Amino acid sequence: MKYEYFDVTADVGVKAFGSTINEVFENSAIAVFHLMCSTKKVAHLKQIRIQVKSTDLEGLIREWLTQLLGLKDIHGMMFSKFKVQVDEKKMSLDGVGWGEETQEKHLIKTEVKAVTSHLIEVKKNKQWQAKFILDL
Amino acid sequence: MALKKISDCEWELEKGYQKGMLVPGRIFANKTILRDIEDGALRQCANVASIPGILKYSIAMPDIHYGYGFPIGGVAAFDSDTGVISPGGVGFDINCGVRLLKTNLSIDDIKPNIKELIDNIFQNVPSGVGKKGKIRLSITELEDVFYRGAEWAADNEYGWKKDLDNIEENGRMLNSDPNKVSDFAKKRGAPQLGTLGSGNHFLEIQQVDKIFDKDLANAYGILDEGQVTVMIHTGSRGCGHQICSDYLNEMERAAKKYGIKIPDRQLACAPAKSIEAQNYYDAMKCGVNYGFANRQAITHWTRESFENVLHEDSESLDMQTIYEVAHNIAKLEEHVVDGTKKQVYVHRKGATRAFGPHTTGIPKKYQDYGQPVIIPGDMGSASYLLAGTEKAMKTTFGSTCHGAGRKISRAAAKRKFRGDAVIKAMAKQGIYVRATNKTMIAEEAHGAYKDVNEVVRSAVESGISKVVAKLTPVGVTKG
Repeated sequence: MKYEYFDVTADVGVKAFGSTINEVFENSAIAVFHLMCSTKKVAHLKQIRIQVKSTDLEGLIREWLTQLLGLKDIHGMMFSKFKVQVDEKKMSLDGVGWGEETQEKHLIKTEVKAVTSHLIEVKKNKQWQAKFILDL
Repeated sequence: MALKKISDCEWELEKGYQKGMLVPGRIFANKTILRDIEDGALRQCANVASIPGILKYSIAMPDIHYGYGFPIGGVAAFDSDTGVISPGGVGFDINCGVRLLKTNLSIDDIKPNIKELIDNIFQNVPSGVGKKGKIRLSITELEDVFYRGAEWAADNEYGWKKDLDNIEENGRMLNSDPNKVSDFAKKRGAPQLGTLGSGNHFLEIQQVDKIFDKDLANAYGILDEGQVTVMIHTGSRGCGHQICSDYLNEMERAAKKYGIKIPDRQLACAPAKSIEAQNYYDAMKCGVNYGFANRQAITHWTRESFENVLHEDSESLDMQTIYEVAHNIAKLEEHVVDGTKKQVYVHRKGATRAFGPHTTGIPKKYQDYGQPVIIPGDMGSASYLLAGTEKAMKTTFGSTCHGAGRKISRAAAKRKFRGDAVIKAMAKQGIYVRATNKTMIAEEAHGAYKDVNEVVRSAVESGISKVVAKLTPVGVTKG
């Protein structure tokens, strides 16, 4: 399983999984965009590079996803594919998002306003897991 | 539950409820509402009570529900010298708020036109996920919006100049500073001015279902039952979301720097007088002004749609702004605390300012009556027009509830309701709904919310508001 959602009264919680730190960041992004549209219907026509830094993994994942939400608004697009390289020592991320201009065929659902810090967690047990709550 | 009864609609969450609470919590709710309050929301109310400099108590309005740090329906005031400012106490949708327009039409005048009106508004007011607007702004023009809010919009022929008299802060928070807003937030905000957005935001044509207080209703321009009103509920869009996100990072660093211990990362804050807090406050005001300009532009197109369909000038339809309120905001206000006048930063997170009669900051014409308070309900029930009271000034830093408040999660609502069935049921009730997608309609179904009538009853019985009129929807557009 790449990700799952959990109930929060007014918002939506996400748990994303991955065998590597990179994968959990990528799957988190898919989970966020799948709430907004049918990501399978979004072609990979446009690619945007994203570089972010933070002081811990929780801050880093929030920053990565916040950048994607911002770029979605700025370019009027949806993303559906991601590739990232996380540097845990430098606490930085170098990534790429692929997508295309928002269209009716994407079956747009609801809007994700922001990634909150409430109960946010990125950790490794048997595999990597990220947990966060989105403001809808 | 460690709740001590103060009155039938007022409860104290005692300081012993949770370690670290500096003040008690104070919950305004009748027994029906109290039953639906989640433990998580009470814990969040208690978390807020542990933030340095909090005054009197951490306040929970009757529509309180679990949020992402501060509870939604929360009010917290902090001493301007010894307290803090927290972006989480405002939330991501800075100056999410509501405007209420009146008309001189009665429901019988427009019954045959409701579908056409809603369809016209749906075309005329951009809505939906990440939607770009019709207004093209350069970054310099956007900065002008940050400075001047609704005033910018009115000067650019969006709406009327006289609208400004009837908006909280007259549609413009002074001393905003666009230099404190990141380039990324500016880029995010530039294409979205004049858009409704998605989620719980809506634009609704309503009729006055019941007048409870004739004097207050008349003072606010509500004359008869059956009178048509229009309600606009939206905020500062991606621009506000980004300003909040940017400053959460800043505040996390600041909280560490100043040694402020917070029980939840989303409550990150800085001492009110610190450069970090003041930078956020000046940036937040930009987001607030963007929200005011947004609703002003949408008001313009709404009037245009009425003119298109009814072939009558919106001035002659008397489509005036009754009032506009913000319900996600922080403001420096003067309040009496323990018998002394104090400057305090009031954070309203899903709560509405509700100033009583003869207070500064409300329009001259409403001075004898108190500030109009607009409570949007869910789309299948009703909204309310209330008035602020002296009791609110004394007990809640001049604040009241902001809406129905969610009862069940969006996912649970989707499991329970189907969008097309909800639309059909609403049609049976005589409500025409137009939305960009049906999934969202299920999420926003009437059954997903608390009973707005009980929320309002709690606010009224506790004395923090007076009920003026009940407004029911006849046509709804949703993003």
